[in-house]
Amino acid sequence: MPRVLLIEDDPSVREGVELGLRRRGHELRAVGTGEAGLAALGEFRPDLVLLDLMLPGMNGVQVCRRIRETSQLPVIMLTARGDDFDVVVGLEAGADDYIVKPARTEVIDARVRAVLRRIAVPAGRGGTETHGELTVDRAGLAVAKSGERLLLAPSELKLLLHLSASPEQVFSRQQLLEYVWEHSYHGDARLVDACVRRLRQKVEDVPGSPRYIQTVRGFGYRFGPLE
Amino acid sequence: MKLFAARFGLRTRLIAAFLFVAAVSAATTAALTYREARSAILQQAQDTAVSQFRDRVAAQGITIPLDRVWMREICLTLARQGTSHTWTVFAEYGNLRASSSDRTTSTVITPALRAAARGSAHGSFQRVVKNGKPWLTVGMPTLFDRGDGSQPTGLVLYAVMPLSSEEANVAAMVTAARDGALPALLVALVPALLAARSVLRPVRDLRRAAAGIGRGELDTRITVRGNDEIADLAWTFNESSTKLQESVDELRRAEERARRFASDVSHELRTPLAGMLAVTEVLDEDAGELRPDTAAAVRLISAETGKLATLVEDLMEISRFDARAADLHLDEVDVAETVRKTLQSRRWEGRVTTELADGVRAVLDPRRFDVVVANLVGNALRHGAEPVTLRVRTGRRDDGDRLVVEVRDSGPGIDEAVLPHIFDRFYKADAARTRSAGSGLGLAIAQENVRLHGGTVGAANTPGGGAVFTVDLPMGER
Repeated sequence: MPRVLLIEDDPSVREGVELGLRRRGHELRAVGTGEAGLAALGEFRPDLVLLDLMLPGMNGVQVCRRIRETSQLPVIMLTARGDDFDVVVGLEAGADDYIVKPARTEVIDARVRAVLRRIAVPAGRGGTETHGELTVDRAGLAVAKSGERLLLAPSELKLLLHLSASPEQVFSRQQLLEYVWEHSYHGDARLVDACVRRLRQKVEDVPGSPRYIQTVRGFGYRFGPLE
Repeated sequence: MKLFAARFGLRTRLIAAFLFVAAVSAATTAALTYREARSAILQQAQDTAVSQFRDRVAAQGITIPLDRVWMREICLTLARQGTSHTWTVFAEYGNLRASSSDRTTSTVITPALRAAARGSAHGSFQRVVKNGKPWLTVGMPTLFDRGDGSQPTGLVLYAVMPLSSEEANVAAMVTAARDGALPALLVALVPALLAARSVLRPVRDLRRAAAGIGRGELDTRITVRGNDEIADLAWTFNESSTKLQESVDELRRAEERARRFASDVSHELRTPLAGMLAVTEVLDEDAGELRPDTAAAVRLISAETGKLATLVEDLMEISRFDARAADLHLDEVDVAETVRKTLQSRRWEGRVTTELADGVRAVLDPRRFDVVVANLVGNALRHGAEPVTLRVRTGRRDDGDRLVVEVRDSGPGIDEAVLPHIFDRFYKADAARTRSAGSGLGLAIAQENVRLHGGTVGAANTPGGGAVFTVDLPMGER
């Protein structure tokens, strides 16, 4: 039973989504403000946060950043605006996925489950492997750089695990989108790009000239080769 | 004149006109001066010569009968006395001829002069041009006084003198006039150029400003100099551009308002729809347990909510296109694979026959391409009839490789009157079918997406009766 925290200021959306997801077997807590959401994190201990982008007071982007500072809790943005700017801002703040309102419960449920699967299923074989200064623990789902553990969002972790499982193999954005985000339709390459940018911020020495996650122009991304 | 105007610029024409006027006035002045001066010079020479000759002739004592020797004597005497003019004197009396020169008769004296000289007691004169040389010929009858009046003696004396020195003076005058007129024409060039410049510079400014307005730089204005007609024109131009700018600004504001309104409405509709759409499944699932009437109502509201959500989504998309906020996120994709996924995700695989060229890779925005294919196929399935065929092939054109996607249906085709409007927003092909399953925006959105890729989309009827939609896109650089 996934525990979902819904942060949404509009009562009808809040109640609608709450009702729909409950019927699909989610345990739900719904709050109206970002502050109340952050407060509920401690006692409700959700598995995932559904976060509206436009909130009174503290907005969704700020809430997302606060969550990312301390935890690897999966976050899905619920946005009424599908414009590039909003989507990218939400993704850059560390969200794992985004859903444009209005959406059917079916869709929300599928996205929630997809994001949760990312951390539930370890990618590839177990054990610890070392790539340069990165230590990847596939069983323990942890990544450390120079012995220091990195705080990665679920999508970042899964992307890194997937790429590092086959070093030097080039993956197209579409392949990554399907594997990491499980989007069967033509989702958004922006998800991949935003996630790669965030991952680079955390694992690369110089994010501008990446060593681990390299861009192959016109094709996609690959892990290594590390010289 | 039109041809002239067409062939030469305003500057050339202005200068030509200026020079023409200058030349005409100079020529007229010179011609009039020349004529007056020439006649004055000749008249004076002639009057002097005639009166002098008359006096000399009168002073000669004539004794009759005359003989040749005496006549020659008189001729020589008169010729000698011609002080200011060197004249040759000829004498004619009956058949007797004498002269002061070697030849006894002159070739210059005309019969008209002879007749006139005989008839007039005061003599007569004539200017003659012989072999290109001007001559003055004077005929003077001699008289004798018999107490009761003067009687002609029958002896007529002629003086023939060249007017070459006078002619030389006149020629010098012509030369002077010509030499004066040419520099005058050259000097006239200067004001001509200045005038042309003063007219042409504002005209050039005006042209540049008009071109600026044409390019959409509506804040272009001209500096108004002076207060002549050209300045008036510049002022009018400025006034017009100000008015134009105001109108355009007002139109832009109105368009912006309309755009924002559509966007705001869509946005405001979204939030309540989000709540409604989230619970429609709940309604659908439980409808079976309700009374038939209630169940029907619940299913209806659920279906309508879904349509409304699609409509709002499409409206948002259209307003993004209108606001030019739609961006392309290009990626290199396998076209056949992409099309298959589009059909798969909408569970259309069984309803659409595909002819996909394998291994075709193109640079496009996968999300937008998905929308294009889905909207065309959806349109074919809804408004046409199955079987629907989807073909993907590549083509070559001068500007590079093209990707061609064709969607055919087996329906009745599209009414010819409807065909030009098929991509219009909310255009309903069948007026009676006021509410079709689609939002009426699908094809318009497909077209906008295709345009964003720099391609075209067209609709036509096949000879077999069905409709065919063809998308032609650039393949993009590899």
